[in-house]
Formats: sequence, structure tokens, C-alpha cells
Amino acid sequence: MRFSGLRVLKEGLTGNTGWQAHWRDAAPKSDYDVVIIGGGGHGLSTAYYLARDHGITNVAVLEKGYLGGGNVGRNTTIVRANYFLPGNSEFYSHSLKLWEGLEEDLNYNVMHSQRGQIVLFHSDGQRDAAARRGNAMRNQGDDAELLSVAELKRMVPYLDYEQARFPIYGGLLQRRAGTARHDAVAWGYARGASDRGVDLIQNCEVTGIDIENGRVRGVQTTRGAIRARKLAVVVAGRSSQVAAMAGMRLPIESHVLQAFVTEGLKPCIDHVISFGMGHFYISQSDKGGLVFGGDLDMYASYAARGNLPLAEHVMEAGMTLMPMIGNARVLRSWGGIMDMSPDGSPVIDHAGIDGLYLNCGWCYGGFKAVPGSGNAMAHLIATDRLHPAATGFRLDRFRTGRGLMDEEGTGAQHNLH
Amino acid sequence: MRLGCPVCGERDRREFYYQGAAVARPEGDAWGLDWDDYLHNRDNPAGVTRDLWQHEQGCGAWLIVTRDTVSHEVLDVALAAEAGA
Repeated sequence: MRFSGLRVLKEGLTGNTGWQAHWRDAAPKSDYDVVIIGGGGHGLSTAYYLARDHGITNVAVLEKGYLGGGNVGRNTTIVRANYFLPGNSEFYSHSLKLWEGLEEDLNYNVMHSQRGQIVLFHSDGQRDAAARRGNAMRNQGDDAELLSVAELKRMVPYLDYEQARFPIYGGLLQRRAGTARHDAVAWGYARGASDRGVDLIQNCEVTGIDIENGRVRGVQTTRGAIRARKLAVVVAGRSSQVAAMAGMRLPIESHVLQAFVTEGLKPCIDHVISFGMGHFYISQSDKGGLVFGGDLDMYASYAARGNLPLAEHVMEAGMTLMPMIGNARVLRSWGGIMDMSPDGSPVIDHAGIDGLYLNCGWCYGGFKAVPGSGNAMAHLIATDRLHPAATGFRLDRFRTGRGLMDEEGTGAQHNLH
Repeated sequence: MRLGCPVCGERDRREFYYQGAAVARPEGDAWGLDWDDYLHNRDNPAGVTRDLWQHEQGCGAWLIVTRDTVSHEVLDVALAAEAGA
């Protein structure tokens, strides 16, 4: 089934009776070339690119719940490529380029909207840092513009520019950044993978990983044993639990990150805007809700819900930046489980066991990485070599100290990111 | 979340600084796999865990908090000096 304007017109005239399920709800076979644990954004895109780029289609994606039910369905949907450090910079640049061709490639409307992201700065020091970051982004080949207050006021007049404590000095704009419909990204990749022969198996929890003589042989699941020549663990949020089944102890601590959405309002916020002096970033969904989030609650948690002090901080930061949102009513808040690595950057690497590949540690930034991560992960699984855009995401960088990617410059320590 | 400081009594979470999992510090000072393990690798359980907190805006004591990472239930708070980090 392909989507097209003509198809929409035809279905509209015939009572929308011709639409079919987007993917096959497959039952597990006993044997696959590649088994991917995790049917979220990263796992589904890995399966898709394995099939599309490498012709590997004897693949199963095992999901303990339903497809896209984890963090890909509970984030603030921001897509950007504004990283500073080599290793991260080329990877997110690669991912953004894949985003830009994604809807055509998948024949799926993921509502990718390049509405621009503005990161505000509030001091001379922050302006210098923003200029330096912008230069790094441009050196990478991506776009970045340093905005003066006058330019900002034309674009976003509703900010509190005269705020006494945190006056706005300007902003760093990336026009190609924006948002996307998070669920649709998972669904689009799922359909694309399923159409190419990948088995998407839901309600199938992995309960054990079979390893013989240092080599992966398969997995035990709630739906029986499945043999696999190669096994990919793509379960950010639960990485430590799944890796423990292979006897591994990861440099990961799971934290909760909260997000919030208001009632639907008329269009008022046209960009993604990030406050530079408090933990607050916001965009407006196409449905009209203001979607915003803050920082981690800052202690290990799997509760998928946060505490009120952080919620209060986010609301205060929002009111400081744009008092106009004060009358909007918050409809929902929620928390996602973040795979926090010591340096705040992810891992796409061999796991140190033959046939086992690891994709984890996405911290609070996994959504924008979905295309790049799947693309790089598929390359690693198919060729046993790191993807050229993802050579920095080594698992051993903490042990060796080489290639740490600490964007915040706070140190490679768990409680600092 | 509230933590019951053994010195000060039950206090708001905002008074406390979170350090991380209460893992044993290696014996020697020389860099090795034990130090890598201590600094970076974690059991990271979905369930009961022990972590180090400091009552930063109170008595300043370092605490070992035993709590459930899934329910946020606090099971025990003890002085690190007495419980052993």
C-alpha cells in the first residue's frame, strides 16, 4: 500500500474502506540472520536500513510491548544537528540529512517540520560560546546563524527581553532544525521494514541471551527460543537489564526526564525555542498544544514519572522566558527513562561478544538520532565496521579515556549529565 | 520525594545532592579495570538500589539511601560514615 494524493482522494470518496494495516503482525520463526531486541525508533530504523541498504531481510525485531511504545512515543519531538564536538557533530549532521529525505524515502508523512530552533543566550560569555558552536556547526556543513536582539524581536516578539535577571542577548538559530511527529517515525520505519520482509514481533519479551564459546547463538523469549547469527541490543531505557543477560555491566544509569503539554491553542510559537539560563525548551505541535520539557530529575529512576520540584522549575523557567504562556493549562506531564552515559553521548559498537552489537546511551537526545542511529547500526551489523559518521560512539572510551564526548564540559561522571 | 535524614529528620528532596550508586571504592590508587568499573559501570537495577546522597542544604552528612527505582519508595536512610560506602 502506497500513500499518494490520488489515493487519499479515492479513499475519501469510497468511505476510507481500502486502507490496510501498515505492517504484518508476525509470529516468530525459529531462526534469523539478525535479531534486533527493541521495537522502538532506533530498533525499527536499524531493521529498515539493514533491508534497504544491505539486503539483509531475514531479520526479526522483538518488542516486549507494542511497537513505538517507549521513548519514541514520549519525547518532545525535536530534530536538530547543533552539536559541537567531533564525533557527535558529523553523526547528527548525517542524521539530519536522512531526516530531510525521510518522508519521500518511507512514503510516509512523519510531519517533519523544519521550523527552526533558536537557542537563546543571556550573557557575553554565552554569546561567545554560541558563536563558537555556530562556527562548529557551519564547519560541519550545517547551517547556523547568530541572531541579534533586534532580529530576535522580529521573529519572536513575545519573549520577555527586559527580564531583569536573565536579559536576552541574542540567539543561535538553526533553520533546518525543527520537529517531527514522533509516533509516525516509528510507524513509517515499521512499515518500510515489514514491506521488505522483516518480521516485527510484538509482545515478545527477551528473557535470556544464549552465548556459546564467546559467540551469540540466539535468545530466549516469552514466545520461545529464537536462534540468531547476529543479535542487536537496541533498548535504550532498559539497556542495563538486557545487557546483563549477556553478562555485561554497562556504563549506563537510568534517569527520568519529564515533559509537558498544554491544551490546544491557536498557532503562536512558530519555532523550537530553548532558554539559555534555565531548563526549558518549547515548541507548538500541529494540534496546537505547547510541548515543553526541562532537565533530568537527577537521580536514578525507572518510574517513568517525575517529581514536582523539577516540574516547578520548568514552569518557572517558562514563565521567566515567555510570560504569555501563563494562562495556558497543562494537560499532561510524563517521564521517559533515559539511558544516561557518563559523558552524555551514546554508544553504537561491538559488545565484545562475537555477533552481539550494542546501541544505547542516548541520554536525553535519542529522537533526532533515530535515522542516523539505525543507519549506523545497520552498517555495523552488516559489515562489522563502524559507520564513518559514527566512529566516535565507542564503548571503550570510558575505560581508555580516549574520545570522550562531553558536550557540556562537566566531566565524564554519571551524575553530571 | 522526601528523604529521612538520620540527623535532621524528614526533608524535601531539594535539600539533597545525588551522587550516584553507592559502589565500593577500589583499594589501590593505580588506574585499572577496577577503577573503570567504579567510575563508569553500574548495575543500574530496576528495583531496589543503594545510592549516595549528601544533605547539602542541611547537616551536610553523606547518606546511603536504599530505595526502589521503580516505585520511588525510600526503604532506608543511613549515615554513610556508619553504613560504609
